Amino acid sequence: MNSATSDSGGIAARTRQNTLRLAWWTAAWVISLAIAVFGPEFVWDSKGISLVAILVNVAAGIGMILANKRHLDGLDELQRKIQLDAMGIALGVALVGGLAYSTLDITDVISADAEIAVLVMLIGLTYLVSVVVGQRKYR
Amino acid sequence: MKNRLKVLRAERDWTQARLAEALDVSRQTVNAIEKGKFDPSLPLAFKASRLFGLPIEEIFQYDD
Repeated sequence: MNSATSDSGGIAARTRQNTLRLAWWTAAWVISLAIAVFGPEFVWDSKGISLVAILVNVAAGIGMILANKRHLDGLDELQRKIQLDAMGIALGVALVGGLAYSTLDITDVISADAEIAVLVMLIGLTYLVSVVVGQRKYR
Repeated sequence: MKNRLKVLRAERDWTQARLAEALDVSRQTVNAIEKGKFDPSLPLAFKASRLFGLPIEEIFQYDD
């Protein structure tokens, strides 16, 4: 049924292994992002080093994306549906919320500049809540 | 869609966890199918059919 992912024991062990791998790649991406952002401010003063730090961050990001794909491939069909629903809702909220937030900034309804970090947090929280709701729905 | 998974499982004295392991899905998925909250894909239905040695239509019935 899912020959690409049925190579290492039961689904629980497989999911645990894939989740752990995803967590490591995510941590690597977050840490490399922090280094790339704060390095020029506190550690070095070189555009060359900044470029290397950003390339390392992108490489870690690619690893994270591939680990996420592998994680999704290892799930069963209900778990995948829960993830798909959550991603769909998160994408919709990101699109609608992000553009509304940007418009608030452009039209000077809000005094502060629209920050991408706010959108990332919104996507993350929406995704998290959607997964929890999906898990409870099919409990 | 209605199904007889719970009955067939009980006849064999299997737990949801054991059935889930045999079908290579999570226990949550077996539970959701048994409760009619989630309809399995055709490959998973065939897998259950093979596991119980019954035709698919004797396990899953379309609910009009």
